[in-house]
Amino acid sequence: MAGQLLRNLLLFGRLLRGLGLDVNPGRLLDVFHALPHVEIGHRSDFYHTLRSLLVHRREDQPLFDQAFALFWRAPRERWEVRLAGLAPKPRRRPLLVPPPLRAPPAADPDAQSPDSGQPPAAEVTVTYSAAEVLRRKDFAEMTAEELAAIQRAIAQRLWQLGQRRTRRRRPGRGPWPDLRRTVRRSLRHGGELLTWARREPKRKPRPLVVIADVSGSMERYARLLLHFIYSVTFGLDQPVESFVFGTRLTRITRAMAHRSVDRALRAVSQTVEDWAGGTRIGDCLKSFNFDWSRRVLGRGAVVLLISDGWDRGDPELLGREMARLRRNCHRLIWLNPLLGAPEYEPLTRGMQAALPHVDDFLPVHNLASLEDLAARLQALPNR
Amino acid sequence: MGFSSIAELQAALRAENYIAERGLTTALFLALKLGRPLFLEGEAGVGKTEIAKVLARLLDAELIRLQCYEGLDVHHAVYEWNYTRQLLHLRLLEARGDRPTEAELFGPEFLLKRPLLQALENTRPRPPILLIDELDRSDDEFEAFLLEVLSDFQITIPEIGTLKAERPPVVLITSNRTREIHDALKRRCLYYWIDYPDFEKELEIIHNKVPAAPAQLARQVTGFIQALRQQDLYKLPGVAETLDWTAALVALDQTALAVDVVDETLGVILKYQDDVAKIKGAAAQALLARIAAQPEP
Repeated sequence: MAGQLLRNLLLFGRLLRGLGLDVNPGRLLDVFHALPHVEIGHRSDFYHTLRSLLVHRREDQPLFDQAFALFWRAPRERWEVRLAGLAPKPRRRPLLVPPPLRAPPAADPDAQSPDSGQPPAAEVTVTYSAAEVLRRKDFAEMTAEELAAIQRAIAQRLWQLGQRRTRRRRPGRGPWPDLRRTVRRSLRHGGELLTWARREPKRKPRPLVVIADVSGSMERYARLLLHFIYSVTFGLDQPVESFVFGTRLTRITRAMAHRSVDRALRAVSQTVEDWAGGTRIGDCLKSFNFDWSRRVLGRGAVVLLISDGWDRGDPELLGREMARLRRNCHRLIWLNPLLGAPEYEPLTRGMQAALPHVDDFLPVHNLASLEDLAARLQALPNR
Repeated sequence: MGFSSIAELQAALRAENYIAERGLTTALFLALKLGRPLFLEGEAGVGKTEIAKVLARLLDAELIRLQCYEGLDVHHAVYEWNYTRQLLHLRLLEARGDRPTEAELFGPEFLLKRPLLQALENTRPRPPILLIDELDRSDDEFEAFLLEVLSDFQITIPEIGTLKAERPPVVLITSNRTREIHDALKRRCLYYWIDYPDFEKELEIIHNKVPAAPAQLARQVTGFIQALRQQDLYKLPGVAETLDWTAALVALDQTALAVDVVDETLGVILKYQDDVAKIKGAAAQALLARIAAQPEP
């Protein structure tokens, strides 16, 4: 009896792991030790015992519920068939990698780099002046090779973000007395209090939240933006939360956690369901504000919102949600690739509604603008 | 510990006016049986802290509470030296012409015990309940430290030595999820997400906690709050708000919900101006009409 149960538990554990839950043999052993305390015949107690020990994230609960219902009720052949439909989506869906930014140069005569006058080589060798041109060139006008060079440049970039003062203190020159060290030091002088040790606030880098638009109008920039997000995710010491949106908001933080950039981008493309579609910035910001802001905006976060501001939603809603977002973060930076064009003015109704609530409104269309951004992030006041 | 079955624990909780669903009771029962910490997550005001208090009463154990906040460190969570006394002692020795020794100055009489250290002491007849409240407010450094303490229930004070709990405390950890707690810590615990209660349960809670509330008022308040939780609000009201509101309405001598009183007292249940503005007036009236249309039991 016990052997059969243990075998089933192990099978169930394997099933949960296959569904992406964080279940290890140690936890299953816990379950095995816990079960003698409850009436196994009481289905709901059995269920809650398994759940409280095997699930430790709320978002995993629905998956667990379905797996439990199938595994512990239906005969085995049936659950194996039905679980095929439950398995993680990615395997079954075609890979939707964001489309390349531009057709290869051969298809488009204008695409040749104006500075070289030669057909681009497979590997762009970047001399100083060529590098300078590349820095200023709009991402949207780049050839595939140039983009690859840019991606490498982004990947090598080191990011730093302004710091905030935490409530922790450490030994230093601040105004607070450090009684612990004062007493310790006095021991060295036979109990004489010669100097007062002091403490100062400890500083920590601010958290960063990136919210990027991957709708149709941003399509040309989407892939590079993902490279950018990946680069800051691994380039910064502190955790970075990232989201993308078109008509709905998707959190891609977990997908970005892959060690290889290609795997990360593939994971993102499998998570996001509305590539290159319409844009509803207001609604997406609202779902960010309602579902995520309290969880990711604590501790004086800096928010980077990347979008061209082409919005089909309600401008009033956008204004309201921008105001709310601004109140909840330390600094709200809007990066707009269109701002790089000299004739561009933020006249769309969406931009008009959003602009009053933005701390910085910056271009993000070429490498130079990214470098500028890096400098600004680093220079954020250390408060 | 005292309870032989889940049903018995559930009945005992109910006798203490805590209405717990079966799932929460199971998790709590197992936490007691297995000696594991119980990690409770849920929106604000669903009774996460309350359950620790009730449990302490039930087990007749001491409740030790550690309220977390940003910057909480070892000196506030575990122990600190009583510097004022140390300094006085130094002066005293000086006056006598003596020289202090380290062992003297950092002896037990100068030690201030903070909650975590108190919880590990072996001086009580039964292990205490250790409530680590709102862990999400502390920072990762503290979380890492806590993980260490919870894995072997011992603490080392360099000047004195290592203290180990012979019988570990019953540990309850709560979080409002303003920050994700690291999986490593959650893995050590039993996990339970406390949801908002359903209509019947919430009504029962009102009857238990605000017995002075007239039956009709209690039903209407419950219906209104339940309907409010279906609305698109920035911050939904918790059970704590339901109880505050009922108590407020009783204090105002209301026997049934009326739209003007609802408007005047919305601030008790909704804590964001946008939310109040959205519900005040027409929306409140519509909600009232909707609960009035629901059939009486």
